[in-house]
Amino acid sequence: MADLGTYVVSFLIIVGAFFALVASVGLIRLPDVYSRMHAASKAGTLGSGLMLIALAIYSDDLATITRALIGVVFFLLTAPIASHLLAKAAYAVGYRLSDISVMDEMSKKDEKIKK
Amino acid sequence: MSAQDVLDMSINIALALLSLAFLLTIFRIVKGPTLPDRILGLDMLVGAAIGYIAVIGVKTGYTLYVDIAIALGLVGFLATVAFARFILVRGQADEGGMEDGHELDPDAVIDHKIGELGNAIPKTDDTEKQGS
Repeated sequence: MADLGTYVVSFLIIVGAFFALVASVGLIRLPDVYSRMHAASKAGTLGSGLMLIALAIYSDDLATITRALIGVVFFLLTAPIASHLLAKAAYAVGYRLSDISVMDEMSKKDEKIKK
Repeated sequence: MSAQDVLDMSINIALALLSLAFLLTIFRIVKGPTLPDRILGLDMLVGAAIGYIAVIGVKTGYTLYVDIAIALGLVGFLATVAFARFILVRGQADEGGMEDGHELDPDAVIDHKIGELGNAIPKTDDTEKQGS
């Protein structure tokens, strides 16, 4: 039974690290800052959250378990807000979408496409 | 192969993957091409560092650093918010905002200006409606 916990921890650690890697590959491969934000905030949060959950499962100490879970909750709350603020600021200042973007929902010019 | 062996092996794999993620993120920070890209890279770097701390905690059993991970998350969040405010206050996007080596298409720039005009015109319409 103790073995099962160790296997779960191994699985969560590898999957979390894999998602962190996917996030950074997305940061390299995607064309503009708005689409890179998808990779960094979603896959990155999932990656570090999974690794913190693995630490919470592995640890016997209640203090460590609560700290790791609080870290997960805190990260889940702050990462989307930070990305959203950054995207709003970049859009307001005029950083453009990539050429291959299909539509820009915040631009008045594309309202006809929206309807 | 015992469970502990599997855990040791997966910790090594995870550390290798995380190091690769670090390097790719740093590559994006160095390469740019725009300021929001670099800020996004720093944000991602904080996330990867928190994951690193968690894996080190499982590997060594030394979980004191989890407190530091929480503090690091707070500092990263505040830094990103402050940088977003800085972008807003600085108020210019003359870096092109495009992929490296992509020449700005004059027609696209004109389209963008038209888009800005399109954004500006309805606002004046609204104020007129409020006035009448």
